[in-house]
Amino acid sequence: MNSSFLLSSTTFIYALASVFYIGSFAFKKNIFSKIGFIVLVAGFTDNTAGIIMRWVESYQMGYGHAPFSNMYESLVFFSWTVAILYIFVELKYKESIIGVFASPLIFLAIAYASFDPNTSSRISPLLPALKSNWLIAHVITCFLGYAGFAVAFGFSIMYFVRPCDNQSESIFAKLPSLDLIDELTYQMVVFGFLFLTIGIITGAVWANSAWGKYWTWDPKETWSLITWLIYAIFMHLRIMRGWSGKSLAYISVIGFLAVLFTYFGVNYFLSGLHSYA
Amino acid sequence: MKKNQTIPEKIWQFFCSARLAVCTLVLLALTSIIGTVILQNGTRDEYIKFYGHGWYNLIRAFDFDDMYHAWWFLSLIAVLCINIVVCSIERLSITWKIIFPKKITFNPDRFRKLKNFEILSVEKTLSQLTLESEKLLSKTIGPVIKEDTGKTILLYAEKGRWTRLGVYVVHASLLLLLLGALIGSLFGFKANLNLDEGKTSDTAVLIETKKPVKLGFSIRCNDFNVKFYDTGVPEEFRSNLTIIEDGKETLTKDILVNHPLRYKGINIFQSSYGSAQPDGVSLEIIDQQDKTTEIRKIKIGEEFQLPDGETLFKLEGFLPHFDFSGNDLGQAFIGRISEKDGKHFQIGLPLKFPTFDKMRKGSFAFVIKGADQKQYTGLHITKDPGIWYVYTGFMLMIIGCWITFFMAHESYFIEIEPTGELSSTLSISGTANRNSHGLKFKIKKMFHTIKG
Ligand code: HEM
Repeated sequence: MNSSFLLSSTTFIYALASVFYIGSFAFKKNIFSKIGFIVLVAGFTDNTAGIIMRWVESYQMGYGHAPFSNMYESLVFFSWTVAILYIFVELKYKESIIGVFASPLIFLAIAYASFDPNTSSRISPLLPALKSNWLIAHVITCFLGYAGFAVAFGFSIMYFVRPCDNQSESIFAKLPSLDLIDELTYQMVVFGFLFLTIGIITGAVWANSAWGKYWTWDPKETWSLITWLIYAIFMHLRIMRGWSGKSLAYISVIGFLAVLFTYFGVNYFLSGLHSYA
Repeated sequence: MKKNQTIPEKIWQFFCSARLAVCTLVLLALTSIIGTVILQNGTRDEYIKFYGHGWYNLIRAFDFDDMYHAWWFLSLIAVLCINIVVCSIERLSITWKIIFPKKITFNPDRFRKLKNFEILSVEKTLSQLTLESEKLLSKTIGPVIKEDTGKTILLYAEKGRWTRLGVYVVHASLLLLLLGALIGSLFGFKANLNLDEGKTSDTAVLIETKKPVKLGFSIRCNDFNVKFYDTGVPEEFRSNLTIIEDGKETLTKDILVNHPLRYKGINIFQSSYGSAQPDGVSLEIIDQQDKTTEIRKIKIGEEFQLPDGETLFKLEGFLPHFDFSGNDLGQAFIGRISEKDGKHFQIGLPLKFPTFDKMRKGSFAFVIKGADQKQYTGLHITKDPGIWYVYTGFMLMIIGCWITFFMAHESYFIEIEPTGELSSTLSISGTANRNSHGLKFKIKKMFHTIKG
């Protein structure tokens, strides 16, 4: 049993969970979403074991670092954070139907990690600059933030598919009330915003201890700031200008696009200090 | 907007609008993109090569080549700050009375109209039920205000009034952070210092202006080491440094990447390394006639007599790039041979080709046996008196966000009405300034506790 086996099996379990959720939605059978939830929790357990195993293996290989150091590892961790966040939301709000929008995200992230030829799953040693507890805190908090925004994005999508009148025959009429979606989206944005804030801050503290500069305006930093600003705009529009519903959902979608660009786009299109990831 | 406003009032009004806040934030987000797409702080030639002359003029006109320090970008940040200050003053002057009232009062009618109302009939006397509810409220919420209307008993308790200040903490932290950045850029510096092993220096070179800057003490590099992984990737850079102040050694410490040395407000970071110029070499001297050899050690600037007792050899210096008939032979020592008849000439001894001098076919050949190859450590030296403002801003921002997002000003209201000798009805409701969904849960929970 090694970490790559655990993590590739996780990919398939998450795929299965998505299939159950989508099935429950399409065929209007609650039992499917119940099974989906159990499968998702199983996948999450597998995912957790895989991350811990990888950590152990890195020590056995003599490199000894936490498994958050490259694109592959961060994507695996991203799946993990979205999964735990979603499991929490489903347990708290008892609305399994929104899993239709969250579970595919969980699956896609880890599938991308496993199948993209550009991301290597090899455990490799750390460069000196990356050896820092601040870095571990930085990666974990940033990804919790991204996970919050991802789930918020999943919820926002519901605005665009849900019909307004509850009597409608469409399968989307079963979605939770718009009030609840609004509340949930906001809660997820708030969660994401808090953790992105901590993520940017721990990143700055790390940069200051490694290079003596807490902010250098390198593209990755700047894009995370842009993302942060977009969600600050989201909150001000809601609190101060009374926006809600679809118009606010557009901001959440734009915000998530910025997250994706910060995460992938910067590495592929722009260069900077962070290009190791 | 009201009529008959004076100009200062208009300006004040302009800066306290929410629309301005959103517009500024949008502009900041949009313009920040520019600097991630256009090369920053490049040279003139690079811009002309990438973008051509026309674009280069445009880039220069708007300072897009250093846009995060351009006047218009800094002005946007200034507008944001003024906006926050004006808006906070305006709102605080109103909400201060809400946050710290002289006496806490409540309006029963408001609570009776709420949607999250729960009603319960129980077989308990009025006084018993009142006592239980009061206990529950004071235990889970806070001090209870009790009123007797004659017909009913009213109980009110609240908590977290002060959490309304959270938003102001968030905004203040932003100002503090920017203030710290400003102090850092005005009174701090960033410099580099390349220090050979064994050497001491008290001056670094400023990164931006390339001017020297005195540190107020000296740094000696005792030793520098790089460790590699099996794969050839560097694992660790380590410099052993000694601080010397007024001629006394005051501190000796290893620094690594991520583990800088901080001394008297100055931070010393491990940033790079390289080979330093060696200061001596050991040479094998071969007498080309009888093939006898002798090994001598010599430092740069020293000289010695060759075994024939007449010829002098002086090690004159070291060149990083030794040019031999148009070829770069790399690092090399330069020596000078002075013969007895006054004739003298220079020879080059490249490190990469230790036996190079044999080709000269002179009466003596010099073969390099080992240079005292040293390394230099590249130090990044900074002073940033603003850093504690920035770090305090960081802390306050996290604390402020936490208060704002996860804590709320909650008020609970219970009304108890006797319906018989031994029975009463109890109604419970509440308000919160945020997360009303969570409040509903809490009211339900309280309701179930009273129900027993
Ligand atoms: C990057 C800059 C800013 C950040 C990160 C920020 C952050 C926040 C946060 C987290 C909230 C709470 C939102 C919520 O309760 O959901 C908030 C509310 C608010 N912000 Fe900002 N803000 C920024 C800039 C500004 C500016 C420039 C103004 C200028 C007027 C402003 C005025 C307000 C006001 C009036 C509120 C509502 C307070 C209330 O709940 O009564 N903010 N801000």
